[in-house]
Amino acid sequence: MSDYICIVLYMISCVLFIMGIKKLGKADTARKGNLYSSVGMLIAVVSVLISQDVIDGGWLSYLLIVLAIAGGSVVGFIWAKKVEMTGMPQLVALFNGFGGLSSMLVAVSQYTAGVTEDWFTALTLGLTILIGAVAFTGSLIAWGKLAGLKMFKKNISIPGKNFINAGILVIAAVGILFLCISPDGGLGLAGVIITTVASLILGVTLVITIGGGDMPVIISFLNALSGLAAAFAGFPIGNTVLIVSGCLVGASGVILTLIMCKAMNKTFASLLFKTTKKKASSATGEHKEPKSMSVEDAFLILEAAKSVVFIPGYGMAVAQAQHAVKELCDVLEENGCEVNFAIHPVAGRMPGHMNVLLAEANVPYEQLKTADEMNPQMPNTDIAIVIGANDVVNPAAINDESSPLYGMPIVNAYEARTVFVLKRGQGTGFSGIENPLFTMDNTVMIYGDAKQTVSQLVVEFEN
Amino acid sequence: MEITTDVIMLLIFVFIIAAYLGVELISKVPSQLHTPLMSGTNAISGITIVGAIAACAINASGNHVFGIILGTVAIFFATVNVIGGYFVTDRMLAMFKKKEAPKK
Repeated sequence: MSDYICIVLYMISCVLFIMGIKKLGKADTARKGNLYSSVGMLIAVVSVLISQDVIDGGWLSYLLIVLAIAGGSVVGFIWAKKVEMTGMPQLVALFNGFGGLSSMLVAVSQYTAGVTEDWFTALTLGLTILIGAVAFTGSLIAWGKLAGLKMFKKNISIPGKNFINAGILVIAAVGILFLCISPDGGLGLAGVIITTVASLILGVTLVITIGGGDMPVIISFLNALSGLAAAFAGFPIGNTVLIVSGCLVGASGVILTLIMCKAMNKTFASLLFKTTKKKASSATGEHKEPKSMSVEDAFLILEAAKSVVFIPGYGMAVAQAQHAVKELCDVLEENGCEVNFAIHPVAGRMPGHMNVLLAEANVPYEQLKTADEMNPQMPNTDIAIVIGANDVVNPAAINDESSPLYGMPIVNAYEARTVFVLKRGQGTGFSGIENPLFTMDNTVMIYGDAKQTVSQLVVEFEN
Repeated sequence: MEITTDVIMLLIFVFIIAAYLGVELISKVPSQLHTPLMSGTNAISGITIVGAIAACAINASGNHVFGIILGTVAIFFATVNVIGGYFVTDRMLAMFKKKEAPKK
């Protein structure tokens, strides 16, 4: 009896997830959408708690379940409340890793419970281990890179990484094959162990070679994997709510991954498999030195501007300059100037990173424009202020066929009448590619910490 | 549930439909919502908590101590994923909403 109630409740929670995701896609309803999906989650958890399997588990399993949920809730809640907005990318990566880890553990414990009797459950169980483990260790590496842990500071390259990754994947596949051949025998146990170990290593080797600037793609991809792992974990126990919601997440992650790839003009395969070659800057033409300017002079130009576009990048996040930028935005508007933000889809370290930071600083989201929306207006813009962005404003992407960036959609900052580039010092972006924008005639560099520079500009206005 | 061939086919059917639905739902999300969307769906991927609870209980009825431990650990991490994911997403979305409100 209780299993029928369970199925009905699962249906309700699936519907809530679908409605939730739909509402998450619109700015006005997004918060409600998140609430819907959390109610769906609550219903799903309650219904599994009253399912026959769990009732048969007895009081000890109830006790453990309640304790684990209580512990996880406290940790998750505190973490979510305490994190700084600038720490958001790594937190999302870490939570994602936990989801992957959990799915992997679920698969292994399904194995110890002996649910594997045929090749199909064995196959899906093996796939859950593979995908969950890759999502887990991959996300951990991504977390380390995003948090700027010392050991991940350097771009690590593994010689012949494609062969190594392929080799590890084959080993994991052989493990799954063992499990399929002998779902409940000794060979199967060996298979589970082989798959688990190989997949955990694969997650590390796959992500560790990927540079910081490619993180938006890899985070969405890992997100897709953890969803897929949850979906596959549903097969061995025939649980529909796991399959539906895991699959929804998997699909959405894949789409986001493709959007990010498109914004970088890379194929997903090239990102994973190509070794990034540092191309020596093509020394065509004379080497010009970028012009620089003091904050005081920059203020005089800004004061006369009628329209200003901010183009933020990861450097704004590093300098935590978003609040100062909002203040500058306010004084500019008081001065009768039109202010907009042009946000490149892959600016920052996760999809939509800049939007979150600027929203934190109370910039209304109507002011946050996409590159496509702003580019036609660029030639009529008095000043484009580039804050800690580099490759996403590199005109080589448009006019230099030999550039590795060639073909990537950019924010056309160079078309503005004057371009201010706020930068910590001379140097190239994560890709190590020279940026001709910096030496153009209408470009002025303002060196220094972006937050300080912007704050000084605000002070100049107030005097 | 006993997994027969019929059940397998049905589960695969559900899987495919859900994948298609996911693609349809997401393809037109504005870029400003990418982060909340990602972290919101990330919380949903914590649905594996349901699998973890079931696995823990099945292990308990079979007295598989190792499996019980794994299941309990899985529940813990899935819960962190779920609770943390939903609260973080809500925090972000709350910021998107208020436009004139003074910052704390």
